Amino acid sequence: MKYSANSVWENKDQYDIAVVGAGHAGCEAALACARLGFKTVMFTVSVDSIALMPCNPNIGGSSKGHLVKEIDALGGEMGKVIDKTFIQSKMLNQSKGPAVHSLRAQADKSDYSKEMRRVLEEQDNLDIRQMEVTDIIADDPNESGIRKIKGVQTYSGAIYPCKAVILCTGTYLKARCIYGEISTQTGPNGLQSANYLTDSLKSLGIKMYRFKTGTPARIDKNSIDFTKMEEQKGDERVVPFSFTTDPEDVQIDQVSCWLTYTNETTHEIIRENLDRSPLFSGAIEGTGPRYCPSIEDKVVKFPDKNRHQVFIEPEGIHTNEMYVGGMSSSLPEDVQYAMYRSVPGLEHAKIVRNAYAIEYDCIDARQLKSTLEFKNIEGLFSGGQFNGSSGYEEAAAQGIVAGINAARKLQGKEGIVIDRSQGYIGVLIDDLVTKESREPYRMMTSRAEYRLLLRQDNADQRLTKIGYKIGLISEERYEKLLEKERLIEEEIHRVERVNIGTSEEVQNLLKTYESTPLTSGTTLAELIRRPELSYEKLAPIDKNRKNLPEDVAQQVDINIKYDGYIKRQMRQVEQFKKLENKKIPEDINYDEIKSLRIEAKQKLNQIRPASIGQASRISGVSPADVSVLLVYLGSR
Amino acid sequence: MRKETIAAISTGMTNSGIGIVRISGEEAVLVADRIYRGKKKLCEVKSHTINYGYIVDREISSAEKKSEEVIDEVLVTVMKAPGTFTGEDTVEINCHGGTFVVKKVLELVLKNGASPAEPGEFTKRAFLNGKMDLSQAEAVIDVINSENEYALQSSVSQLKGSVKKKINDIRKKIIYHTAFIETALDDPEHISVDGYSDTLRSSAEEIIQELERLIHSADDGRVIKEGIKTVIVGKPNAGKSSLLNVLAGHERAIVTDIEGTTRDVLEETIKLGGLNLNVVDTAGIRQTEDLIEKIGVDKALEYAETADLIIYVVDASRSLDENDEKIINMISDKKSIVLLNKSDIDTVISAEHIKEKVSNIPIISISAKEERGIKDLEDKVKEMFLKGDISFNDQVYISNVRQKNALLEALESMKKVIRSIDDNMPEDFYSIDLMDAYESLGYITGNSVGEDLINEIFSKFCMGK
Repeated sequence: MKYSANSVWENKDQYDIAVVGAGHAGCEAALACARLGFKTVMFTVSVDSIALMPCNPNIGGSSKGHLVKEIDALGGEMGKVIDKTFIQSKMLNQSKGPAVHSLRAQADKSDYSKEMRRVLEEQDNLDIRQMEVTDIIADDPNESGIRKIKGVQTYSGAIYPCKAVILCTGTYLKARCIYGEISTQTGPNGLQSANYLTDSLKSLGIKMYRFKTGTPARIDKNSIDFTKMEEQKGDERVVPFSFTTDPEDVQIDQVSCWLTYTNETTHEIIRENLDRSPLFSGAIEGTGPRYCPSIEDKVVKFPDKNRHQVFIEPEGIHTNEMYVGGMSSSLPEDVQYAMYRSVPGLEHAKIVRNAYAIEYDCIDARQLKSTLEFKNIEGLFSGGQFNGSSGYEEAAAQGIVAGINAARKLQGKEGIVIDRSQGYIGVLIDDLVTKESREPYRMMTSRAEYRLLLRQDNADQRLTKIGYKIGLISEERYEKLLEKERLIEEEIHRVERVNIGTSEEVQNLLKTYESTPLTSGTTLAELIRRPELSYEKLAPIDKNRKNLPEDVAQQVDINIKYDGYIKRQMRQVEQFKKLENKKIPEDINYDEIKSLRIEAKQKLNQIRPASIGQASRISGVSPADVSVLLVYLGSR
Repeated sequence: MRKETIAAISTGMTNSGIGIVRISGEEAVLVADRIYRGKKKLCEVKSHTINYGYIVDREISSAEKKSEEVIDEVLVTVMKAPGTFTGEDTVEINCHGGTFVVKKVLELVLKNGASPAEPGEFTKRAFLNGKMDLSQAEAVIDVINSENEYALQSSVSQLKGSVKKKINDIRKKIIYHTAFIETALDDPEHISVDGYSDTLRSSAEEIIQELERLIHSADDGRVIKEGIKTVIVGKPNAGKSSLLNVLAGHERAIVTDIEGTTRDVLEETIKLGGLNLNVVDTAGIRQTEDLIEKIGVDKALEYAETADLIIYVVDASRSLDENDEKIINMISDKKSIVLLNKSDIDTVISAEHIKEKVSNIPIISISAKEERGIKDLEDKVKEMFLKGDISFNDQVYISNVRQKNALLEALESMKKVIRSIDDNMPEDFYSIDLMDAYESLGYITGNSVGEDLINEIFSKFCMGK
């Protein structure tokens, strides 16, 4: 057979699912689909950029660490890969309550990418394809305005028919990198941008936004004077991300990060050159995130601060490049040199890569269901920065959910929705699909209303059963979890009933921890609840204690110690669930409900919430509107 | 936090003397039992029965001593689901003590685990539980809307500028502290929360004081709107009824010279310097064997127990006897005024006499017959009841039970913050109660929490990266 240059060639590999993009969302999505048995193809503009970390060299951090643990608990890959490729690790907020303890690891960026690529390459049912996807092919809308996905088309003109597509295009859509007067039509790290897909999506009726983010310069390690900086070491005892990683395997030699500060000279340089910043001159139109402001933003917004912290972090072991955390910028090259060199320790800094801002197309995620499927296009799913989030962990979290739900769609099963009381993943996705966001969305611990229940230490107890039900968790891992839960329950039961008398031994132990002596007997649990004591500290007076695994002991301690608060949140969750379980039929006609206020009608029509609970979280829908809705639904 | 069980006064707030507090929801009976004293617990009685007993305030004081204050003698109807108006477990408390007592009972119910019912909520629940015909759906929606509109008009908009401003100021402080803590938790490497608990403690203590003042104002508001429940006591023929008549401006009680002629309780609303006094005249207190008279005496004692104000009328022309001793004992720790009556005739008792017995209670000489000293009484009452920092003339007050309840909830949350600080709890626990307080206060001003915290974090604090 002869191929002509203009003919449309159709790929005959019979893929079930196509994943567009091989970043952190794309990797998790593709793995989930393939592991659930579907023939999956993953497209990327460059195979060398699989699981790339184009910005900060770390995984985790406050609340993001929670996401990684949750991805792992569901059967995802991110936690396992970082456990193998980290070069420093810290548990943040250790002096705070257990709910906000959060793991943050420095990654060897190139090792991370390689390790993830190896996992993908070895995965059955999964093919990697270097090619830009330019079109999404879907049916014409049916009478209810719903289209159905048919496949994708690539830059070469080839058509890949499939039953579901997952868009994980990150920051590549019509990407533009900018610093000073210089702007290039490239994706991050100078990679090729994807310039056609946006128009295809718009033609399918998808509403697009334009967002912006940025990254600091990378500096040659040999040009840095570390004696002028404070050393930041990792934890002595490292805790792994993955529940499957043996803690002994992560006790490695760690590298250090370094802390230094900007000063008035730095700020003066920035202020004098603000007019040359594309942000202030108006050359950048995208909306930037408030939580990671560029250094010029910080100087303008917080003029009273006479210094800002700067963290110098290694990009890996095999490179001299150092990331300058805290100083992302889009100022011109010459200003960047002057600004960085005004910082103690960076006087002779040699820049390897300039700092830049990047603009890209993404969607208004309120067009998605909580399953991450488009409401108006059956079989089209999306995850990651394309959905308006930011961060590797946020991306991966959506990726695994989109992957799971695309697979379940093909299985003919109902989609999985993790709700706000089950995980940060639930909070993340619910916020994205419910609330209007005009900036890249970052996970934050303050966004989780039930955070005492959503701890990083209990992600397995919250989500691994769901992962097992989906089919991403092995029988063995599931059994192990059940055993762990049994041990925890038994021990809590025992500790609540162990009586502690006023013996001299007891009083002496209490004295050691400056705890009030007992006047009469009490239970061990009551003593654990004292802020200055813990399950572990009380071991000497708990004669019948079995030797339990560390993670079991930790759960016993937390569950008893914060019992009151935990129960309080559990009661709130019960209320929450009642409203979540009141489903709103997809064909509801809000215009028919006379008593709804106009604003509420508009918002409800736009977002089309799946439940009364989701409706109540839409800004512009009042409690009275919710009552009206309830009554209306009751009368149907 | 909103609870599933709701309560409201289901009768109009007229001075009908009888009022019904209705509780509906899974915990209705449980909540009622916490404030009910009767032969049996309400959870043990049969459904659809009427039970006689008392509503009591079981306050646990700081010393953990339990005390019980009787609020009213009541009939309680217990109705288990599904055969009720709302289709849920329902308890109705029939109170007898007039509007003030009814509100007091509602406040107690709310304090003990129920939430104030939203406008139209009983009807809504009735409908959702299949207690109404489908054709009624439209009507139910109208009820919700109209009641909601009414509630908005009568609650949020009646909040005058100064109260709203005060509550908003408190909210601003709360959200600032929470945002600081949360920023530090989200970005611990840039922002440290170490040592912040001291700053927070002093600010939380200030907020607590401000909330307490607002709650006092709420009481002022109630006092202005509903009147001060006042009981006039004194031994027989001391001039109680004549005083009442002077205040009321017309003959109400039968005034005779024969001791014990005022047999039953009379209620009269009297305007005194812009305040409403709901005056209860009681039978003169004396020890008696006469059964009817005995009821009167008991009532007097009972009413005096729950009154806002006790006016003790002393017959200055007769020396104190054991009856007076008994009264003095009773009023010594209550909000009271001693009136030395019959100061127009020869007196055998002087103010000094009384002062020896009750040093902390104001004493005013009057003559009920000649209407002297009434102005002094008026000034004294105003001084005693308008104590909040919002002046009476502004007519600014928080009178709505829901608003007061929200203030009390906010106060409770702020106290929990202090407790967490005292207990050395980690900082992330403070935010839980701080945000609860913030939400409760927002309920008064009609603001929900939404993205406030996130916005505050970004606008006030500089995060890293």
